[in-house]
Amino acid sequence: MKEQLLLIGNGPAGMRCVEEVLKRAPTRYQITVFGAERHAPYNRILLSPVLAEEKAPSAITTHDDAWFEERGVTHYKGTRIVAVDRHAKIVTSADGRRFPYDRLILATGSRPFMLPLPNQDLPGIYGFRDLDDVAALADEAQYAEHAVVIGGGLLGLEAAAGLRRRGLAVTVVHLCDTLMEQQLDAQAGAMLRSVLEQRGIQFEMEARTCAYVKDEPSGRVAAIQLAHGRRIRCDLVVVAVGIRPVIDLAKTATLDHGRGIRVDDHMRTSDPAVYAVGECAEHRGRCYGLVAPLFEMATACAAHLTASPTQTPAGYAGSLVSARLKVSGVDLFSTGRVQPEADDEVISLTDATLGVYKKLIINNHRIVGVLLYGDAFDAAWYFAKFAAGESIESIRDQLIFGASFVDGGADVAGGAVAALPDDAEICGCNGVCKGAILNSIATKGLTDLAGVRAHTKASASCGGCTPLVEQLLASALGPQAAPPRKTHTVCGCSDHDHAAVRAFIRENAGLTINQVMAALQWRNAEGCAKCRPALNYYLLCAAPADYVDDGDARFVNERVHANIQKDGTFSVVPRMFGGMTSADQLRAIADVVDKFAIPAVKVTGGQRIDLLGVQKADLPDVWADLNAAGMVSGHAYGKAVRTVKTCVGAEWCRFGVGDSTALGIRLEEELWGSWTPHKVKLAVSGCPRNCAEATIKDIGVIAVESGWEIHIGGNGGTKVRVTELLTKVKSADEASLIVRAFLQLYREDAYYGERTAAWLERVGLAHAKSQVIEDAAERDRLAARFDKAQVRAHEDPWSRDAGLPAKQPQRFTDLKAPVPFPV
Amino acid sequence: MLLPSPGEATWIAVAKLDDIPVRAARVLHTETHRIALFRTSNDEIFALEDRCPHRNGPLSEGLVHGDQVTCPLHQMVFELRSGQAVYPDEGCVKRFAVALRDDTVWLDTTAQPAPAVATACRV
Ligand code: SRM
Ligand SMILES: Cc1cc2nc3c(=O)[nH]c(=O)nc-3n(C[C@H](O)[C@H](O)[C@H](O)COP(=O)(O)OP(=O)(O)OC[C@H]3O[C@@H](n4cnc5c(N)ncnc54)[C@H](O)[C@@H]3O)c2cc1C
Ligand code: SF4
Ligand code: FES
Repeated sequence: MKEQLLLIGNGPAGMRCVEEVLKRAPTRYQITVFGAERHAPYNRILLSPVLAEEKAPSAITTHDDAWFEERGVTHYKGTRIVAVDRHAKIVTSADGRRFPYDRLILATGSRPFMLPLPNQDLPGIYGFRDLDDVAALADEAQYAEHAVVIGGGLLGLEAAAGLRRRGLAVTVVHLCDTLMEQQLDAQAGAMLRSVLEQRGIQFEMEARTCAYVKDEPSGRVAAIQLAHGRRIRCDLVVVAVGIRPVIDLAKTATLDHGRGIRVDDHMRTSDPAVYAVGECAEHRGRCYGLVAPLFEMATACAAHLTASPTQTPAGYAGSLVSARLKVSGVDLFSTGRVQPEADDEVISLTDATLGVYKKLIINNHRIVGVLLYGDAFDAAWYFAKFAAGESIESIRDQLIFGASFVDGGADVAGGAVAALPDDAEICGCNGVCKGAILNSIATKGLTDLAGVRAHTKASASCGGCTPLVEQLLASALGPQAAPPRKTHTVCGCSDHDHAAVRAFIRENAGLTINQVMAALQWRNAEGCAKCRPALNYYLLCAAPADYVDDGDARFVNERVHANIQKDGTFSVVPRMFGGMTSADQLRAIADVVDKFAIPAVKVTGGQRIDLLGVQKADLPDVWADLNAAGMVSGHAYGKAVRTVKTCVGAEWCRFGVGDSTALGIRLEEELWGSWTPHKVKLAVSGCPRNCAEATIKDIGVIAVESGWEIHIGGNGGTKVRVTELLTKVKSADEASLIVRAFLQLYREDAYYGERTAAWLERVGLAHAKSQVIEDAAERDRLAARFDKAQVRAHEDPWSRDAGLPAKQPQRFTDLKAPVPFPV
Repeated sequence: MLLPSPGEATWIAVAKLDDIPVRAARVLHTETHRIALFRTSNDEIFALEDRCPHRNGPLSEGLVHGDQVTCPLHQMVFELRSGQAVYPDEGCVKRFAVALRDDTVWLDTTAQPAPAVATACRV
């Protein structure tokens, strides 16, 4: 039987350990992983961009279920281990299950230190540590107006910047007189503060919080009380004053511990069968709070776990750490000493206009401290010299100007990275050096950033070194380097991206598809099956009243208003507004089925009925009969508004708080017929139980006691994505207005073929909010443009007057050979 | 393109030009085949069997662009002239000799493929 290796804690340190073990000895252990959080392992350091709405929560997952499955690793998420019995070698989970081990790794991380102040349990007070914190903060940010962040360190400032980006007023309360005093000196701290102040963040320096104040009616936090007497009103508090290693398990199992779980250089605790890595470990008297050291620990631990009994692998000797602040637009790097000591010398450079400040602390011709503010491009270069203890005596006079200056002037092509030695560390988070990256590029034939990330992990964590990795790629590949940022070319017929094509169409009214292609020098005069439909849509969207739709640029389904099936027959889906139907409609459908001998009738996943296997020649007659019974096309075939699913709602349901059926019908009546970049699906639920599954729709509306929540950007298809909350409104009228404005924004903004989910991931929720919620005038303009486009779009394409059958009947019938012949 | 000689009995008139929509196709039923008659935007006519070699998709329902057609089922692209799939797809479709005389579309009933443009295409 294989040895059982158990990991408690599926954070970055633990998961890296598992990866390293698998890399070295893929089959040696049967591995089981426990994580207390209900999520798949994710990259914790990217919580800051998630809070700032720069990344979707789903985008930071590092190991999904498939990852575990493929490697035969058992994963119990949402499972907290509550006891370790070292004698029996068994761990017990909170729900009472017991798991034996041969070796055990503790990687339980840290928890935020929550100030023990009066009223500390009030609702509205949060730490900033995990996805649930961020989800709760994002939720609160919908309604809160003023947030206080206690702590002006790295984490506190990232929290403040994130909440500010969500539109809250933010005050940072900091104990010292300098922000990030562990990493910055007074000058850099002041520069950082003034930049953040310009973004609307306020600071209360040298201020100690001594109590939380309760809001009587709501029972939530209403203010914080400062020691010098002042109160700051707020409806949300984030505490970011430090972290404490999580060592409860180790304590009760009587493992040696100080601040963290004590380990030797092989990450072994006082029990040789138990290891500890990550923030919970204490190595040579030190606990770390950044990922780079944790990854080194993981490597050392895995090396020991997989070594043969006669080997002693190299151990871990402690780490030099450096810090970067992940607030977009602020470039800041710091490592080593911040303040000069007795016989240190300082070289510094300040350019107030450019907002650049660099300081190097030198001792005996060696760099012992680096602080770069405003331009941290040479960070890796300095860090390499610092870490190697290299003498800088010979280059001292130019050192402060950076790598490209020292190494022979303006080396524009290679950039600063060209000057780095091969063992210089490029990615601090993952400990990847320049040589390793170049080697992967050469041996694996990598051509883009994504490839380098996948193979080396460089720039895959905090992303701070992305420009350096891009430079390395460019210098390694020369001219064949892929462009650094992905552009969305429409198709192979042209090099223009969607955005450029749309801009051209907006500025040049009245063109046809072929004219656009000619003007933009398309390589194929009539394009292809990708770009023709895209251009047709862009032209239609730009001039809804005047553009003559080009039927030949539409996929067969949209041309004949039915879905082509694998055998060349078609399926027909009449609209059932809000999923409601009637005896009359059903009777008409039954008659159509009989009359045209339609072989299959199916209830769809979209709350309506599909008639499958209709002959093409019968389509116009099928439609005529359905039209006669009052039914119109369901656009089940189109990049268009599809269904609005509803639940029974307040009319009937004992839980319903809103008339979801009525609102759903209303929305479908207002929106149907609209052509969109990709299909658009809606749902309206009558209460948060959400029986209409609104939170995986492009637009989902959910009734709550006080009105309607409008959610956007969900997808239930290939890659499931849960919606994000756009706003809350009181009435159905407001809901309709917001929905129409949002839909128009999507119509005008998204690339053809991009569902709302992908589009929102690209542009961010904040963008949609700024147009549709925060700017009332823009919202009204968007809705008005939508309504204008609907004047024409509301024609039923099935009707004999409006649709293709009337205009081109020959499209629906075949030719018969005049004389029978057998070819 | 082969021109039918009026006296030759193997050629028959199958359609008028305007029976076939521009930049699209119309299906012609014979005793044994469905033949897709394509009309390009500059009024050239091509005849291919209306069956995609991939999974029998009806090419007549495909999007026509230039002298190519994209299969409606899984988007393989074919040259109308040769019946060959366009790189990176592979495969080819059976072709028929057609000709346009004045406004009439003629088809050769001897099932001779049109002169091969691409040698690798087997009919
Ligand atoms: C008929 C139906 C299945 C059924 O029997 O229930 C269906 C049938 C097809 N779906 Fe669907 N989808 C149907 C509900 C759904 C749903 C459920 C829903 O709408 O609540 C989903 C997941 C929700 C979503 O879209 O977010 C769904 C996600 C997809 C996807 C994946 C979309 C994505 O963004 O990942 C595709 C592929 C695509 O659109 O590119 C797809 C594509 C298709 C196509 C059009 C495939 C094709 O290109 O031919 C199927 C057409 C069959 C036909 O000829 O009728 N269908 N499809 C459902 C029609 C609903 C309706 O009344 O209009
Ligand atoms: C918002 C934010 C931004 C950050 N930014 C940076 C940055 O830019 N650069 C940087 O280097 N570092 C950054 N950090 C720090 C970095 O995230 C941590 O150093 C790192 O996550 C620690 O990894 P870990 O695996 O030791 O612990 P954790 O990531 O805390 O993982 C431990 C996991 O173990 C689970 N666990 C604990 N006890 C149990 C139990 N009994 N049973 C089961 N599971 C348990 C926990 O729920 C947790 O999921 C940031 C941290 C935060 C919160
Ligand atoms: S899931 Fe949708 S696309 Fe797939 S087979 Fe079913 S209907 Fe077709
Ligand atoms: S049937 Fe033509 S591409 Fe699949």
